[in-house]
Amino acid sequence: MGIYLPIAELSVNVFVLLAMGAAVGFLSGMFGVGGGFLITPLLIFYNIPPAIAVATGANQVIASSFSGALAHFKRGTLDFKLGTVLLGGGIVGSTVGIYVFSLLRDLGQLDLFISLLYVALLGSVGGLMLVESVNAIRLSRGAATPATLKKPGQHNWIHRLPLKMRFRASKLFVSVIPVIALGAGIGFLSSIMGVGGGFIMVPALIYLLKVPTNVVVGTSLFQIIFVAAYTTVVHASTNQTVDIVLAFVLMVGGVAGAQYGAKAGQKLRGEQLRALLAILVLAVALRLGFDLFVRPSSLFSLAGADS
Amino acid sequence: MRRHLPFLALAAALALAMPAAAQDAVQNPLQVQNPESIQIGLSTDRIAITADFTGADLTIFGSLENADPLINRQGRYDVIVVLEGPSRPVVVRKKDRFLGMWINMESETFVNVPVSYSVATTRVMQDITDPNNYKQLALGADNLHIEPLDKEGNPATIDAFEAALRERKTALGLFSVRVGGVEFLSQSLFRASLPLSPNVPVGTHKARAFLFRNGVFIKENSAQLAIVKSGFEQSLARYAGEHSFFYGAFAVALAMLTGWLGRVIFRRD
Repeated sequence: MGIYLPIAELSVNVFVLLAMGAAVGFLSGMFGVGGGFLITPLLIFYNIPPAIAVATGANQVIASSFSGALAHFKRGTLDFKLGTVLLGGGIVGSTVGIYVFSLLRDLGQLDLFISLLYVALLGSVGGLMLVESVNAIRLSRGAATPATLKKPGQHNWIHRLPLKMRFRASKLFVSVIPVIALGAGIGFLSSIMGVGGGFIMVPALIYLLKVPTNVVVGTSLFQIIFVAAYTTVVHASTNQTVDIVLAFVLMVGGVAGAQYGAKAGQKLRGEQLRALLAILVLAVALRLGFDLFVRPSSLFSLAGADS
Repeated sequence: MRRHLPFLALAAALALAMPAAAQDAVQNPLQVQNPESIQIGLSTDRIAITADFTGADLTIFGSLENADPLINRQGRYDVIVVLEGPSRPVVVRKKDRFLGMWINMESETFVNVPVSYSVATTRVMQDITDPNNYKQLALGADNLHIEPLDKEGNPATIDAFEAALRERKTALGLFSVRVGGVEFLSQSLFRASLPLSPNVPVGTHKARAFLFRNGVFIKENSAQLAIVKSGFEQSLARYAGEHSFFYGAFAVALAMLTGWLGRVIFRRD
């Protein structure tokens, strides 16, 4: 069954989109990630213009993050104060990102930049995750000593920065500079890549800021909702690239898929799950990277101009 | 239409200048006593694209008036029907290799490119009349006057980009030629069928019919056709353009509602 996307101005198959949403939703439920970093490349592979894929991806991320954040809010595993400071940085980063997005689009380099960012980020995150999870699997097989965890109280350079602030829910006393910078970085990526940024936010909060793992996901989701919402509204008003029909079909598939993914996730072990996700992330990065190096079928492309 | 008026005027002047020489009706197409003309009619002046639009054929009916029965029997009347979309500026970009990657490098902007241009003809175009006539009429995708934004640019580059523009438009199904797309149903009645591609651009399209006799252009007629997004899609697209902030806010609210409903329906904790 075809469906006409009013903003993308093309007809697509609604079942393909539903399946795409469900598959990503399944994975996001299984791995506890938003799935924006998978949705956007998949939409690009499905010939949706990258500008629309990104803005619509940001919109779709809200649905899954909202659903997840509600659960964390109920359990109280959410640090509002930390989330709000991250959000402040996120708004700044997202604003800059949207400006860069429009600029690159006028220069005709937006698609390239999106692909390069995806290849770099997915490649490095996927690579690191794969190494880490394979090590973990090897360790558990050998029943050897657990990885040396950092002792509490051990601090890195981040903890020597000024402007310290106390975050009670996270039991943290840390400078706001890295928190805002992290938020801004994620906000920038959110507006250019259409991702929530959870796959960077979560490790950064754990390893850099030493936020307790139980509040990390909830806090990350909390800030993602607002940054993605802000990004969606600004993309809609400056670039007019949010396709609500596309976003809605993806959301419906995604929300349904997430439920089954979460159940499947409980049956697999942590390291195996992470290794699987790492392979998936690397595959997407490879595919996007491959397209950059293959001679395109036509060297010429057309775009609208506003002169 | 405006573009061809001078040519028509010239044709009329020529006809007046040599009235006596016009003995052979077949040899002299500019005969005054037999002013053939062509009419076209659209069954609708508005086409609405619905959500499930996957392309369609547009049929245009037309008639020849005062046609010479002899020439008609010999099949020497030819009709070309064109459906031209609204003009918009277009940037053509060319990818080149940089560090092994294919990256957009050069670009050329053209100010008045018709978004679509479909042609239906009675015969192969080069059999109808010679290239010069097409050029004068600006008829056919190759003869459209496409203006570059930077007129001082290297003409060879501009030509290459212009050719690429036509090639891409053809590949996208937006520029097309359908030989045999115009069929005579009787001595005077003809039917033209033109493809509307799934990505047909919205806006005011212009249907034009050109009549040729023995390879000589006789007359042109045109009609307007509005292609719009229908109902829900149209309102959405318009709303997204006019009230973009509220559209964005609505998109956010819809996402939150969907997320919340998902939790209510599939409550798992």
